[in-house]
Amino acid sequence: MDEEQKKAKTPKKLNPKRTPAREQDPGTRKKNFEEVSFGYGLEEALLEAARCLGCKNRPCVAGCPVGVPIPEFIAAMVNGDLAEAYRIIRSANVLPAVCGRVCPQENQCEGVCTLGKKHEPVAIGRLERFCADWQRKNGVQAKPEPAAPTGMKVAVVGSGPSGITCAYDLARLGHEVTVFEALHEPGGVLFYGIPEFRLPKKIVTGEIDTLRQMGVRIMTNSVAGKLITLDEMMKEFDACFIGVGAGLPRFMGIPGEDLNGVYSANEFLTRTNLMRAYKFPEYDTPIKTGKRVAVIGGGNVAMDSARTAMRLGAEEVTLVYRRSEAELPARAEEVHHGKEEGLRFEMCTLPTKIIGRDGWVKGIECVRMELCEVDQSGRRRPNPLAGSEFEIPVDTVIMAIGTGANPLLTGTATGLALRRGYIEADPETGKTSIPGVYAGGDIVTGAATVISAMGAGRKAARAIHEYLSSRKR
Amino acid sequence: MHRILEKKLLRPPDVFFFKVSAPLVAAKAKAGQFVIIRLHEKGERIPLSLAGIDPSAGTISLIVMAVGKTTGEMAALEEGGAIKDVCGPLGNPTHTENAGKVILAGGGFGIAPLYPIGKAFREAGSSVVSVMGARSKSLLIYENEMRGISDKVLITTDDGSAGMKGIITDALKAELEASGADTVMAVGPAPMMKAVCDATKPFGVRTIVSLNAIMIDGTGMCGGCRVHVGGQTKFACIDGPDFDGHLVDWDCLINRQRMYKTEEKESFEAWKKRHNLP
Repeated sequence: MDEEQKKAKTPKKLNPKRTPAREQDPGTRKKNFEEVSFGYGLEEALLEAARCLGCKNRPCVAGCPVGVPIPEFIAAMVNGDLAEAYRIIRSANVLPAVCGRVCPQENQCEGVCTLGKKHEPVAIGRLERFCADWQRKNGVQAKPEPAAPTGMKVAVVGSGPSGITCAYDLARLGHEVTVFEALHEPGGVLFYGIPEFRLPKKIVTGEIDTLRQMGVRIMTNSVAGKLITLDEMMKEFDACFIGVGAGLPRFMGIPGEDLNGVYSANEFLTRTNLMRAYKFPEYDTPIKTGKRVAVIGGGNVAMDSARTAMRLGAEEVTLVYRRSEAELPARAEEVHHGKEEGLRFEMCTLPTKIIGRDGWVKGIECVRMELCEVDQSGRRRPNPLAGSEFEIPVDTVIMAIGTGANPLLTGTATGLALRRGYIEADPETGKTSIPGVYAGGDIVTGAATVISAMGAGRKAARAIHEYLSSRKR
Repeated sequence: MHRILEKKLLRPPDVFFFKVSAPLVAAKAKAGQFVIIRLHEKGERIPLSLAGIDPSAGTISLIVMAVGKTTGEMAALEEGGAIKDVCGPLGNPTHTENAGKVILAGGGFGIAPLYPIGKAFREAGSSVVSVMGARSKSLLIYENEMRGISDKVLITTDDGSAGMKGIITDALKAELEASGADTVMAVGPAPMMKAVCDATKPFGVRTIVSLNAIMIDGTGMCGGCRVHVGGQTKFACIDGPDFDGHLVDWDCLINRQRMYKTEEKESFEAWKKRHNLP
């Protein structure tokens, strides 16, 4: 490459900072459930796309759990072919509009971006979201043409990220797919868990509609393990994928957790998102927030709960986390947004008791923690500091300290190997101890991300296809 | 959508019987289990005990007392109408293997879910004594049904208008003193179940109760239905709904049941006002 060409390829002035995305003003948005970020407009998107170096080693692709060809889709954007950019993303990712919004990009594609070594990395998530939203608004829905019917029937249990991805891939390969969903609305955690202000529900229902258009049958109100056991499923279907999520909320085991005003994050978010309690009494499901709320935990679910409480009218919301801010497992953007909205942080703090009066929460007793040597998780282990006890007066406590394995389906499955309630499955194929039964997502790994569950759903679909093809012959 | 095939006023003015088409649920459901229903797009999810299961007809029976907005709306539905969502069967079936002599204690419309339970006990070879209580004769429900599946029926009314004058625990204690029992099963409002457990405790007889906690999903996901049993936290939806009544922390359950009293009243009053109801 001569000097002339090099000059033409490199933008004259590379902006070290990423193009900002417009957002609702914090003071306004903390009072509504509309989406926080407006996303990029066309001009902003093209400006940001131009920052991609198109480097040879493409670390971003390896950093993506489903291997989206990131430099290719960005190049298509730069060339002005947005439909092609969308097509490239969609070839690897069934839910781009979802992932562009909820993926922890800073730990994945953007975390390893070459540009990020010296400057701010390319805002890959925002570009992905832009392409997906553009397609929804302007594009002809590229309904994928399924292969010729194979005559094989596959059951998919759960319609969350892993189930949707697995069902989509299997349908595309020509298999007849039936999805069993326990709730009245499909989407799993995308519907009941992630709030409207971070992931509008119309995006989730849009993706579910695409699945239906491909001939996938979705049975709502169908609790696998109760309405149909795994053994019965395997008699009716040629193969099965289990993607039920973890879904058994944990409590701390401290006094006062049964008081009125104590919620699991699952319940708090389900009432709000699935049941639309924020529109009570127009919608019938109530929710109680009170004036002061404490959220225990430091992950995305904790951030979602805290910011939801704020939008439900709480005056003071405190995030109580036992390690320091540096260890917060939540997505950086959510922490940033939460702070902008006035969320209080009580770091290095452990609740020891919930105080009640007449059956209702009145406060939490806490102790400060000091961070000691690094533990197995690679983070510094917190230890209580003697004499540091203090009280936070609150009306509501939300426990967002993780989930355990739900036994509803696994308890009815003869011969399904489990480890501490989670399904034992091959990480590369999702293969379980029962021939023809595959599993992926949180019920295998424990609570993780949307994108890792999608990756597991995709791998399992490939393995199920191979399994069915070999059986056919 | 689940069609309402039959509706009748069981006990004036507000207790209704519904027979609902739900073939998949009916094929699987066992005595002691429940369903969660949602009436319409903006509706809440409420758990209802199964008061009848007919797998061959593909129907389930539900009893509803119109005490709030959702139950009021359901009471206003007619035959030929439909319920948007019926999810189930949920919870564990009652252990109805041959349990020797079983006394069923039903309070209020809690008598209705005891009908399939008593039927299953009888089919398994148990002898069944039913003890039913109400304030007065006109408020008794399911009397004929319970007579059909019981070896003996004892009725108590507060005013003595039917059976023995007194409350349900009087008749229960008398029966236990006279001939004992191997198992007592109680279904009804929490204070009634608590009273039954207090009454049976001195006799040392195993007492099973079916707990009616507030729920959303019914699959263990929300944890809203947590109850305290024997010093442990249990989820009524997946660990229950049946528990050893002598181990239940009743004050905790009764307290948790009133969590949304204010909102329930607000919602009910607004609905009644919209429909010009008293």
